[in-house]
Amino acid sequence: MDITDFFDTFFEEAEELLADMEQQLLDLDLDDPDSEQLNAIFRAAHSIKGGAGTFGFTVLQKTTHIFENLLDHARKGELALRADLVDTFLEAKDIMHEQLNAYRSEEEPDQEAFERICQTLQQIALEEIGKGLDGAAGAPIANATPAPASEKASAESDADMAPSEAAQATAQRIVALIKVDEKDRILLVEELEQLGDIQSQSGDETNYEVVLESNVSDDDIEAVMCFIIEPEQIQIRPVEDAPSGGTPPVAPENDIATPASKPAAEPAPSPEATQPTANAPEKAEPKEKPKPKKAAESSSIRVSVDKVDQIINLVGELIITQSMLDQTVSDLGDQSVGNSSLQNGMSLLQRNARDLQESVMSIRMIPMEFVFSRFPRVVRDTAGKLQKDIELVTEGKSTELDKSLVERITDPLTHLVRNSLDHGIEMPDEREAKGKPRTGKLVLSARHQGGNILIEVRDDGAGMDREVLLRKARENGLNVSDTMPDEEVWQLIFAPGFSTAKEVTDVSGRGVGMDVVKRNIQGMGGRVEIQSKKGEGTNTRIVLPLTLAILDGMSIKVGPETFILPLSTVLESLQPAKGEMYAMAGDDVVLKVRDEYLPVIAIHEVLDVEGAITDPTKSIAVIVQGEGRRYAMLVDELVGQQQVVVKNLEDNYRKVPGVSAATILGDGSVALILDISGLHRLSRAKKESNKSLNSKKLSYKEAEPS
Amino acid sequence: MSQANNGAVLAAEAENREFLVFSLGEEEYAIDILKVQEIRGYENVTRIANAPDFIKGVTNLRGVIVPIVDLRIKFHLENVEYGGQTVVIVVNVADRVVGIVVDGVSDVMTLTPDQIKPAPEFGVTLSSDFLSGLGSLEDRMLVLVDIDKLLTSEEMALVDTTATSKV
Repeated sequence: MDITDFFDTFFEEAEELLADMEQQLLDLDLDDPDSEQLNAIFRAAHSIKGGAGTFGFTVLQKTTHIFENLLDHARKGELALRADLVDTFLEAKDIMHEQLNAYRSEEEPDQEAFERICQTLQQIALEEIGKGLDGAAGAPIANATPAPASEKASAESDADMAPSEAAQATAQRIVALIKVDEKDRILLVEELEQLGDIQSQSGDETNYEVVLESNVSDDDIEAVMCFIIEPEQIQIRPVEDAPSGGTPPVAPENDIATPASKPAAEPAPSPEATQPTANAPEKAEPKEKPKPKKAAESSSIRVSVDKVDQIINLVGELIITQSMLDQTVSDLGDQSVGNSSLQNGMSLLQRNARDLQESVMSIRMIPMEFVFSRFPRVVRDTAGKLQKDIELVTEGKSTELDKSLVERITDPLTHLVRNSLDHGIEMPDEREAKGKPRTGKLVLSARHQGGNILIEVRDDGAGMDREVLLRKARENGLNVSDTMPDEEVWQLIFAPGFSTAKEVTDVSGRGVGMDVVKRNIQGMGGRVEIQSKKGEGTNTRIVLPLTLAILDGMSIKVGPETFILPLSTVLESLQPAKGEMYAMAGDDVVLKVRDEYLPVIAIHEVLDVEGAITDPTKSIAVIVQGEGRRYAMLVDELVGQQQVVVKNLEDNYRKVPGVSAATILGDGSVALILDISGLHRLSRAKKESNKSLNSKKLSYKEAEPS
Repeated sequence: MSQANNGAVLAAEAENREFLVFSLGEEEYAIDILKVQEIRGYENVTRIANAPDFIKGVTNLRGVIVPIVDLRIKFHLENVEYGGQTVVIVVNVADRVVGIVVDGVSDVMTLTPDQIKPAPEFGVTLSSDFLSGLGSLEDRMLVLVDIDKLLTSEEMALVDTTATSKV
């Protein structure tokens, strides 16, 4: 066993903790923060720190450490929370998440972001906590290259202090040892003696100051002492107006009392801030502090999706075996009639097997809450950036959706939400002028509708302007007419490169995206509809199948072979009459169905099925729709509707043209699920190649006699 | 776990390799036994349209869709028949499960390194790239097939070329 085996567990746990933390931060009531919530946030940070320390993720550990310290003050009520502080906390959380991802992909985390957030947090500590923070600094880098002091801090400072630039010539410096016990202190003082002349020393355990005259740089002093203590326990600063002699400085003592007088970037502020908690041991060995118990006993277990899929497979097999048995029993006919216990057993087995399948499928289903929970943050950030007031309402959080879909819906949904916020909802003043409440409302809702899930993004903003859309479409060279129905006009926004935004903003308006949104959703077997009313708002509706793992299919027979058509593509079926079929340009055939001419695809031709009915008037035409176009498919027989479990063909084989996936039928055999538009392309390609083959044959024949 | 103890034994044994011997027509072929997942009868294969003739189709192996390749057709053997003796060897290559149809499975052989001779440069139908050698066993000759290379090769058309370039 290697420690790296535990990495994944840590990553997953940390991710959950971070998500938790974000949720809690967003829920915080700033005026009257709930101490339980603050505790929860603190615990999350602490747990991550502990884990990061154990696994040697130093950068993450240091970031969480500083963050944790701040949170500690917050929960003790020493740090008054404000909206901008929460923003910074959220930013810190994001950076921690990035660091986590970096470690996960075995990269080094972004050093710059790390330093920046450390400084920001330390600054908050300096400015906000009256008495200053204990040696919170975790970033030795920050020590080495002190950032310019923030304006605020320097404005407050009344003492003119030279910035503690490193590597000066022989100079006097005060080396402050914060919370170092006597044993270590003696050692350290000895070390310092090696580096230069000690002019004086005084202080106690919380703050011991040594005035050192030395030509060694600050960095080197720190490096030497870091062997014994933590970098945040050391503070080095020059003695200003240093007397050349060895007079014990009195002035520095005053400096220490006013932490604000130090450059803000300097990590370790006042020594006076003696924390009630036992900080020193915690600092030295953070792991030793007993881990706070998890808030509640978890009622769920973490299982890999592979395992679930395996169970689903096995249950599928069970169902097939069960229907095989069922078939055998019914074949027994008369013999089994007398045997009622066999009959009873069979029906019981059938029911149990179906129930089992249903419950197993539900394992893969997760509530929409997983998607919606990220939106309070998105809305908050975006609204802040756009300076709009927006209230987010979510409905139907408990609606369940297949896990694979949940993962894929997040990005398109984020895009739609941003779009609504940016283009939909107006600025507060504008809203007021229109007689609307200043605060815009954005509703995210999810609910079941038939075998589908319906997700809506609804805003009460300006709505879409038909005229503007049509004008833009013409400018973009799209083929539009003034008489188009509204639904089609709204669909224009999904055209690639289409944007009505007056200017490109940080949030949206580049015109890329909406087409991607549509493609993503179609890729999931869903569709997007838009309803909009000028001045009243826009409603974007996403309709998705509940799961990709199960499909409502129509099984059809062509010759001896069975295929599945997705039921959602089937519109109707009819018996074609001779008079309704028209040949076009040789081998293309169209079928007239109620004033519409549909291209005919004979499945037995496209898929080379032998023994199929070749006379179209004897076969059945299934009218299907794929990628917005309709086709008439010639099949031999309609077998019936059934739910099928979708199996990927590409796992062990490759993509097959005209086929989207496979499934296993009741008798255990494999049936292919047809892909309508793929079949059409295949049929065209076949005709092309036949044509070229024929023409080759012809030219060959012509050439022969000569 | 017990590597330390058996290290020496294993090192000696590692030289010897075990092969599953199967017949295609009159010829005897062998593949590394470690690649073999199971052996089953030939049944219930669903044809895939527009695939090469040696790809017989796909079958259901306990809920997994597995492509079936007939090596006899691939190697241009005559008398390709499907009967009670026809056997499918299910192999695991490159994280995929593939079934190969053969005329019969005879036995499992252990070959020592000196029994494995390099494959001569020949072969139009079966490029020597796909052979790991020839096994000589008294009066028998086994064609040792590198099943990994063979099944993932472009000419087998089992793997999307885009997918292989990723690997």
